[in-house]
Amino acid sequence: MEHIRTPKVEQVKLLDRFSNKSVTGTLHLTATHLIFVESNSTSAQEIWILHHHIASVEKLSLTTSGCPLLIQCRNFRLVHFVIPRERDCHDIYSSLLRLLRPVSYDELYAFSYNPKQNDQEREEGWQLIDLAAEFERMGVPCDQWQLTDVNREYKVCKTYPRDLYVPITASKPIIVGSSKFRSKGRFPVLTYFYQEKKAAVCRCSQPLSGFSARCLEDEHMLQAISKANHNSRYIYVMDTRPKLNALANRAAGKGYENEDNYSNIRFQFVGIENIHVMRGSLQKLLEVVGTRSLSMTDYLVGLENSGWLRHIKAIMDAAIFLAKAVTVEGASVLVHCSDGWDRTAQVCALGSLLMDPYYRTIKGFMVLIEKDWISFGHKFADRCDQLDPDPKEVSPIFTQFLECVWQLTEQFPQAFEFSEWFLIQIHEHVHSCQFGNFLGNSQRQREDLQLKERTYSLWAHLLSEKQNYLNPLFSPSVAESHPVLEPSTQAYHFKFWRNMYNQYDRSMHPRQSILKHVLTLQESKRELEGTVQALKTKLQKFGVSTSPLKPQTPPRERSLPPRPQSLILGAPLLSRKEVQQEEDKEVFGEEAREDAPASTGGERTVEGSSATENGYGELMGSFGSKNEPGVVTLEFGVARMTC
Amino acid sequence: MEFAELIKTPRVDGVVLHRPFMPTVEGTLCLTGHHLILSSRQDNTEELWLLHANIDSTEKRFVGSLGTIIVKCKDLRVIQLDIPGMEECLNIASSIEALSTLDSVSLMYPFFYRPLFEVIEDGWQSFAPEESFRDLESMTDEWRLSEVNKDFSVCPSYPSLLTVPKDIDDESLCKAASFRHGGRFPVLSYYHKKNGMVMMRAAQPLTGTNGRRCKEDEKLINATLCAGKRGYIIDTRTIAVAQQAKARGGGFEQEANYPQWRRIHKAIERSNVLQDSLIKLVEACNDQSHSMDRWLSKLEASNWQSNVKEILTTACLAAQCIDREGASVLVHGTEGTDSTLQVTSLAQIILDPACRTIRGFEALIEREWLQAGHPFHQRCAQSAYSNGKPRSEAPVFLLFLDCVWQILRQFPCSFQFNENLLIMLFEHAYTSQFGTFLGNCVAERGKLQLSQKTVSLWSWVNRPQELERFLNPLYEPNNLVIWPSVAPQSLLLWEGVFLRWNRSTKCLDEAYQEMVHIIEYNKELQNKVNSLRRQLAQLETEDKMVADLK
Repeated sequence: MEHIRTPKVEQVKLLDRFSNKSVTGTLHLTATHLIFVESNSTSAQEIWILHHHIASVEKLSLTTSGCPLLIQCRNFRLVHFVIPRERDCHDIYSSLLRLLRPVSYDELYAFSYNPKQNDQEREEGWQLIDLAAEFERMGVPCDQWQLTDVNREYKVCKTYPRDLYVPITASKPIIVGSSKFRSKGRFPVLTYFYQEKKAAVCRCSQPLSGFSARCLEDEHMLQAISKANHNSRYIYVMDTRPKLNALANRAAGKGYENEDNYSNIRFQFVGIENIHVMRGSLQKLLEVVGTRSLSMTDYLVGLENSGWLRHIKAIMDAAIFLAKAVTVEGASVLVHCSDGWDRTAQVCALGSLLMDPYYRTIKGFMVLIEKDWISFGHKFADRCDQLDPDPKEVSPIFTQFLECVWQLTEQFPQAFEFSEWFLIQIHEHVHSCQFGNFLGNSQRQREDLQLKERTYSLWAHLLSEKQNYLNPLFSPSVAESHPVLEPSTQAYHFKFWRNMYNQYDRSMHPRQSILKHVLTLQESKRELEGTVQALKTKLQKFGVSTSPLKPQTPPRERSLPPRPQSLILGAPLLSRKEVQQEEDKEVFGEEAREDAPASTGGERTVEGSSATENGYGELMGSFGSKNEPGVVTLEFGVARMTC
Repeated sequence: MEFAELIKTPRVDGVVLHRPFMPTVEGTLCLTGHHLILSSRQDNTEELWLLHANIDSTEKRFVGSLGTIIVKCKDLRVIQLDIPGMEECLNIASSIEALSTLDSVSLMYPFFYRPLFEVIEDGWQSFAPEESFRDLESMTDEWRLSEVNKDFSVCPSYPSLLTVPKDIDDESLCKAASFRHGGRFPVLSYYHKKNGMVMMRAAQPLTGTNGRRCKEDEKLINATLCAGKRGYIIDTRTIAVAQQAKARGGGFEQEANYPQWRRIHKAIERSNVLQDSLIKLVEACNDQSHSMDRWLSKLEASNWQSNVKEILTTACLAAQCIDREGASVLVHGTEGTDSTLQVTSLAQIILDPACRTIRGFEALIEREWLQAGHPFHQRCAQSAYSNGKPRSEAPVFLLFLDCVWQILRQFPCSFQFNENLLIMLFEHAYTSQFGTFLGNCVAERGKLQLSQKTVSLWSWVNRPQELERFLNPLYEPNNLVIWPSVAPQSLLLWEGVFLRWNRSTKCLDEAYQEMVHIIEYNKELQNKVNSLRRQLAQLETEDKMVADLK
């Protein structure tokens, strides 16, 4: 709290990013959030911004109406405040600068966040995901694969988890020898086992081969992986980097496997770019889609120039290659990049998701993230900029993974138990530092931080509101008949994910959401089924008096929530429920109505739209009246006469 | 009959048909006067029936004695026929070529088509102008139905009945007509019930280089303004294009002569540019070898999405002037038969909930496209595979449908119809067994005696059996104005048309079915609850009466 100089500023203007509209309200600064409360009492929108979500704060030069403050968030929100007095602006600015750069883990929100759960509940939350059980589900350990305790004390590899699975023929000396020949000691280990063909997906980091070095233990290690699979005489080694990058690494004593030294490997470069390219690409993408009055040409050219969808397609192509090798050829695959925690995580996780329907369920997806990302040491702290960071380490690697999954949900609307809201919510919390799951860079560091004792698990939180994230069209039977997804990788199947990168720009979203609509129907289905049952019982034992009216539902609590719900998750589900209950009352009391209840959710959303919000007006403004006096100019997006 | 001369080989056996995402079919190829038929003579395989008129272009290739004809259709489908025997292949190819490029309208299939269904409601009579005028009369008495064009001499491309301001007599109309391109003087397009504002459409005024004016024209459009109110003229051309038009006798309304009107210029492209855009887009969509960058750059270069955005933006602007500004609007471009109609019809979809029902949408197409004289015959003579020199082909109507689809995507619960209706209209505008889209204007259709000699598309669509396919299960009527987003991020490629033949839709179709199922089941449950409640209520009342009696 000592960093907060001014906890409250009034008469602050919030400017809309794409139109000339603005609203006035009060800005509050708390230890964890920046809160804007609109003064207008009828609509009174509130914006809660977690300090951890803020990527940058910028003070623009003073204008006549005040001092502009531009805040960019990691969840792609961009807010533009105008603060009347420069001193207040400066106070907020410098407080934020300090608050968004926590110097120690203890300052992160997760350590102060308290959802009013007792210790037992907290513990249960952490026990939800059990990776040992997950390997058991895959059929490991088995006659070819075993659990090794070589990394029990994190002695062989600091960034790997304690429990690792290796071929039974890989002895400790082989493992240790191999680990010494691999960058950061990340030797080949099992991450997914495709039971049907006994084929394995293994992961590691690049070999320290330089121009000519070799390591017999490492060669044995790969051979052991190969031998563990009787279905295929060879294994694939996928280097997910572009060949040029791998070549360059040789000069630094690293590099890639020489096919001559390893028997029966098929080596393959995949060509996914590195974290720096990806960071730059997202930057460009965000610049394009954040442009005001963006023309179609600039949009499409910008989309192309950012390269973002090209990178997404490259990751998808790699995952499809992996899945085909395993499921069609029955070959085992070893995946690596440089350190084996970015591209390798993307490809292994996405490949497994293509092969195994379990990972397309809500629980399974959590397990997948816990396994391939959290336990194998994707550096969330660095990539997501959790502590005062090295900007060169930040990169949207995990975001790309989520997007690949979204692209798949577009092609296979019935294959996933969850909707895009689930993906967006996970993305939100990877950056929120509100839950312990994604803190730190490795399992070891997480244990040191005692996260399980001191913070809460995101998965328990998400499961508690599972109904918000369900895909109503999900069909488990489709998964049974087509367990392996075979997506098309035609370029036109890759689309810009507006609901992610423009998620707070509501004027761009469809005014009526099919997903929301069908979810509401699913909800009311359950209620209706209940009502039918109840009425039937009543009719059966007729003579008994009817049930009394339902008690009035209590007004919604307005106490400060721990954090606001995501915009897209909004309230409609809730309001729908309330309306439903009101209708129920009415019908119970009066005569039954013939017609189905009128939609409320739909109309509400339509009313939210307005001509001004969409900025056709701005285009009118561009007519400029220079050569023709008295032409239309525009104020606040509405056409006005000037004469 | 004369077709027999064109058919050199009526039948070839052992022909193999290849279609993307479908199994190949081997069978007998037959050519009739209007159809190309491929039948395998097996019960469970689908036959191909293709109207010659649907063929946009053909290509032939030979490998040894095996000939291959690639048939590119106006609905954008591409099929391949492998024909054994060089001579047969050449014969078939030239026959198809001749049959698909027949010039005479009266040889078209609609004149030969006999429906297999009983026509219950004759679509030719479904949307009489008198009827829509009666609706108007119930709202306002400011307008009258003029017969000034009853013999199509004042304006050949207008219908015989036109809605004009009550205070303007026919003589003034004739004078105004002589001041507008093609005689298309300003007429009523839409009356906004909520505030009494109107949208009119016309062709460009013939001001020419010396700034001609026409008092009757000025009076005509001023008559639509309320006292002290101003209006907007939306010119669908850029100011530069409008200036250039002066040299050819056209032009735009000068401020000095129309002081109560404010002119806004937009930049909707003309027909040949649009045709080029369509050809490029379809080419991009059909090339499966594109990398991500190449695809995006081709999509951009086609300019199709830009055209969609510009048209939609202009329509929104017109709607905004009417609904938000409370001003009347006059829309025109050059001829008033293309971009003008795109704008007026889309604005009505935004403003008027009635246009979002199936019946209302049909009426809108009848009113704003067919009656209003969009030259369908010229514009839809060729589609995206035309390789000849374009004459006056242009996907003006397809762009309109694309824009409707964009709005439908953004308001999926506000339309009574679904995407299928739009795709069907696209197909039938280009080639059809029905006469609805034949001819260029009402006068031509009269001469062709279409209503006597052909069946109307609406007679078929409006049959309950057919209608079901076009119903949107999510529809929940609302009376609101719906403002679509025109941000590029909100506008999508219309995959249902442009990628229709290039992707497997199995997963998407199944998901749609599942959604329909959920909705239907919910309705069923609701009905069940209602009937149970009624039953219960009845029993309770009886019970109470018995109790009271006691």
